Amino acid sequence: MFRLEARTSTPAWFNLALPLLAIAATLILCSGLIALAGARVVEAYGVMFSASLGDSYAITETLVRATPMIFTGLAVAVAFRAKFWNIGAEGQLLAGAVASCAVGAIPMPGPLAMLLMAVAGAAAGAAVALVPATLRVKFKVDDVVSSLLLNSVIFYALMALIEGPWKDTFSGYPISPPIEDSANFPVLMEGTRLHVGVLAALVAAPLIWFLIARTTLGFRIRVTGENPEAARYGGINVERVLLSTALLSGGLAGLAGVGEVGGVHFQVMSDISPGYGYSGIVVAMLARLNPLGVVPAAIFLAAVMTGAEAMSRATGVPAFLSDVIQGTALLAMLVALLFTAYRIRRVGVAR
Amino acid sequence: MSAPLIEMRGITKSFGAVKANEAVDLSVAPGEILGLLGENGAGKTTLMNVLFGAYAPDAGEILVEGRPVTINSSADALAAGIGMVHQHFHLAPRLSVLENLLIGIPGKSGRIDRAGGLARLAEIGRQHGLTLDPDLPVAALSVGEQQRLEIVKALFRGARLLILDEPTAVLAPTEVDGLFAALRSMAAQGLGIIFISHKLNEVRALTHRCVVLRHGRVAGRVDDPANTTSSEMARLMCGHEIVPPARGPSTPGAAVLTLDGISTSRHSGMALRDVSLFVRAGEILGIAGVSGNGQRALAEVISGVAAPDAGRMTIAGKKVEQFSPRAVQALGLGRIPEDRMTTGLVTNLPLADSMVLPRIGTEAFSRKGLLKPDAIRAFAEAQIKAYDIRCPGPMTRAGALSGGNLQKALLARELAFDPQVLIVSQPTRGLDIGAARFIHEKFLDMRAKGCGIIVIGEDLEELLMLCDRIAVMYEGRIAGTLDSADATIARLGLLMTGAGQTEEAA
Ligand SMILES: Nc1ncnc2c1ncn2[C@@H]1O[C@H](COP(=O)(O)OP(=O)(O)O)[C@@H](O)[C@H]1O
Ligand SMILES: [Mg+2]
Repeated sequence: MFRLEARTSTPAWFNLALPLLAIAATLILCSGLIALAGARVVEAYGVMFSASLGDSYAITETLVRATPMIFTGLAVAVAFRAKFWNIGAEGQLLAGAVASCAVGAIPMPGPLAMLLMAVAGAAAGAAVALVPATLRVKFKVDDVVSSLLLNSVIFYALMALIEGPWKDTFSGYPISPPIEDSANFPVLMEGTRLHVGVLAALVAAPLIWFLIARTTLGFRIRVTGENPEAARYGGINVERVLLSTALLSGGLAGLAGVGEVGGVHFQVMSDISPGYGYSGIVVAMLARLNPLGVVPAAIFLAAVMTGAEAMSRATGVPAFLSDVIQGTALLAMLVALLFTAYRIRRVGVAR
Repeated sequence: MSAPLIEMRGITKSFGAVKANEAVDLSVAPGEILGLLGENGAGKTTLMNVLFGAYAPDAGEILVEGRPVTINSSADALAAGIGMVHQHFHLAPRLSVLENLLIGIPGKSGRIDRAGGLARLAEIGRQHGLTLDPDLPVAALSVGEQQRLEIVKALFRGARLLILDEPTAVLAPTEVDGLFAALRSMAAQGLGIIFISHKLNEVRALTHRCVVLRHGRVAGRVDDPANTTSSEMARLMCGHEIVPPARGPSTPGAAVLTLDGISTSRHSGMALRDVSLFVRAGEILGIAGVSGNGQRALAEVISGVAAPDAGRMTIAGKKVEQFSPRAVQALGLGRIPEDRMTTGLVTNLPLADSMVLPRIGTEAFSRKGLLKPDAIRAFAEAQIKAYDIRCPGPMTRAGALSGGNLQKALLARELAFDPQVLIVSQPTRGLDIGAARFIHEKFLDMRAKGCGIIVIGEDLEELLMLCDRIAVMYEGRIAGTLDSADATIARLGLLMTGAGQTEEAA
C-alpha cells in the first residue's frame, strides 16, 4: 500500500528534476498515441527532434516560435506569483498585435517605429489585463473567468476589424494592411527569421527575474500572492500591487503580439496566434513560475510545435499531437508539483 | 483499575536526524483522562499521529484491549475505536454539520441515512452537552463549535478512545469550561481520553494521570495531577525550574498612545463605541474581556488597518491623520498580531521575508525600489541569533518554524526598531512555558526602556502578572479600568460580564 505524506521542505534539485520528469512522462505517455497512429515511436520523435533542434536553421526557427511564448510565459509567471489568475494572455497578445500593427503602418524611421510599436503593444496588452484586475479589486469578480472570457471578446473585435475597416480591399482576404517596410524588425542572421524580438525576449527573462527577486515591487508581488492578509497588515497596498501586476503581465503579453507583427507576419490576421497565450500558462507552470525557467520551457514547447509539423509530414501522425503533448505536459507538471508538497511512502498492509 | 483500553509500547519515530519519539510507553484505561504534557516540539503530536495511523512507528507496538494491532491509516484507527481531534480541524466548510458528520459513513443501500444521523446527533448532544444545529454550514460555526463537531464526529464513528491535540489553544476561557464538562461526562461513560496541553492548571483540573514528554522521551509520570504543584510539572517538562518574571515598580512617563472617543461602525465583528484610553511610556496596559467584545476592532484601529468613524488617536503626541499600517508604523507603533500565520507571516516564503515585511520600503532594506538582499539577510541572521530563534537559517520557509519560534521572530522584527508603542494580541497563545516566559521578559524589558505596551488577552493570570493597569472591554466599550494593585480575577470577571460598568468608567 502506498500513501502520500506531507513534506516539510523541498530539496532544491526538485526545481530542475520535476520539469524534466514531467517532460519525460509526457513523451512516454504520448508515444502510445504515436504508435496508435501507426508510426514508429523512435522514428517519430527522431524526426521531431531533428526538425526542431537538429541543425542551426531548425534552431533559429524554434527560437522564433519560442519568442511569443517566452513573453506570454513571463506574463503568466508574473501574474501567478501575485495570484492574479491571468488566463487572458491570448487576448492581451492579440491587442498588442493590433496596436503595434496600427502604429507600424504609419511611415516613420525604423528605430522609432519599432519603439513606438513596442510601447503601443505593451500598453494595449496592459489595458486589457487591467479589466479583469479592476473587476476583481473593485467588485470581487473572479479573475479566472473574466480574463478568460475577455479573450473571445478581443478575438472577435480583431475579426471585426480585419473583416471590416482593415479588410484588404485588393485581395478581399481578412487580413490587415501590412506595416511599413521600415518598421519590419531587423533580422539578426542572414537567411533566417531570427529577428530582434527574439533577442528582446531572451533579455526580458532575466530582467523580469531581477524585478521579482530583487525589487520592492517584486517583494510586494510575492508577499501579496502568498498571503494577502499579512501583506495588508504589513503596510502593502494589496489592490495597488494587483493592478501593477496586471499592467506588467498584460504588457508582457502585449509584447508577444508586437514580436509576431514586427518580426514574423508584418500584418495582423485571424490566426496570428495559434494559442500562444494559453501555451504561456503551460510554459509558466513548467518553469515553476521562475522567469529564468520560462526560456527553456518555451523552447521545449516551440520544439514540439515545429517538430510536430515535420513529424506529421514524415510519418503521417497528425500534427495535432503537438497540442496533445502540450496538454499532457501541463497535466504531468501539475502532478509533479504534488511531490513538492508530498512524498510517497510505502506502508505495510493492515493485519 | 481495569485492563488498559490502549497501550503503546516502546514507540520510536524519527524524522531524519530528529528523534521525535523514543521508546515511549503509555496506556489509557476505560474511563480515564490521561494528560500528555510537554513543551512545543516534545513529540506529543507525533506520538498521537502514530496512534492514529498517520505515521508508521520505526519501532514499538500498539495494543488495543491487550491485542496487538497495526494501524496504517485513520480508517484503521477508527476501526480500532480510536478518534482524534487534530490541532487543525478537518471539516468541509460548505457542508452542513450533519453532512460533515455523515461523510464516509455508509448508509443503507448507498443512501445517506439522514434520520439516523439526526437521532444520533441529538442523543450525543443530550448525553454530553455537545449540542449543534445540524443544518448550519460549518463555515458559520465558531472555532469552539467546530471543535465540538470534531468530537461528535469521533463519537459518532464509535470511538472508545478520544485524542484531543491541544484543544484549549483555540478556545476562550468560558468555552474551556464547556469542553471540560463534556470530557468528564464522556469519561464517566467509560471512554478513554488523551488530553494534550501545556497549560498546567488545565491539566491539573481535568486529568487523572499524566505522561510528560521531553525531547521525545518520557521525562516523568504524574499519578495525582490534582495534588501535584504546577512548578513540579513544569520542571518535568523543561528539565529546570521556571520562575515567573517579576514586574518591578514603574514610573510611567507621558502618554504615547491615546484614543479619544473612537467609534467604528462597518465591521465584521463587534464595533467600538466611544472608546477612550491611553498608554504611557514605560507602562503595560492590559485589555481584558471575553473575546468578541470589540478587541479585534480595537487592535485593527490602533494598527491602522481599519479607520474609525469618529474620534481621534495620537501616537507619541502626534495625531494620526491617515489610518494605514504604514502611517501608524511611521509614527512609532509596533504590532504583534493575534494570528501569527494569517496576518503576521508569509508561511511559504523564507523567514527573512516575513521579518522585513513591514519595513521593506524603508532605507534599512531597500533603496530606490531595489532590495538590499545582504542587509535583509544580515538583519534576519542577527535577529535569529539575538532571539535564539531555532531554525536552519534565514532562508527557511517561515511555515516550518514552531509557534514559539514564530512568535519570537515577530517580536524581533518589531522590537528591532524600538517602537514607542507596542500592541500585542494573545502574545503567548499556544506557546509553552519556556517560550511564554521569554516573551514576558521581553515585554518587561521594553517597559523598562520606556515603551508603552498594550496587551490584549484572555488569560487573566497573565494580564495580572504583566500589566500595570487593566481595562475591560464589554460590548465594544471600555467597561472599566483597574490598577493592577486593585485588580483581582473576581473583579475583572465581574466587569467582563458587563456588571458594574458605570461606577469605574475610565
Ligand atoms: N513531518 C515531520 N517531518 C520532520 N520533522 C517533524 C515532523 N513532524 C514533527 N517533526 C519534528 O518532531 C519533533 C516533535 O514534533 P511534534 O510531535 O509536533 O511536537 P509537539 O506536538 O509536542 O509540539 C519536532 O522537533 C518537530 O520539528
Ligand atoms: Mg503539537
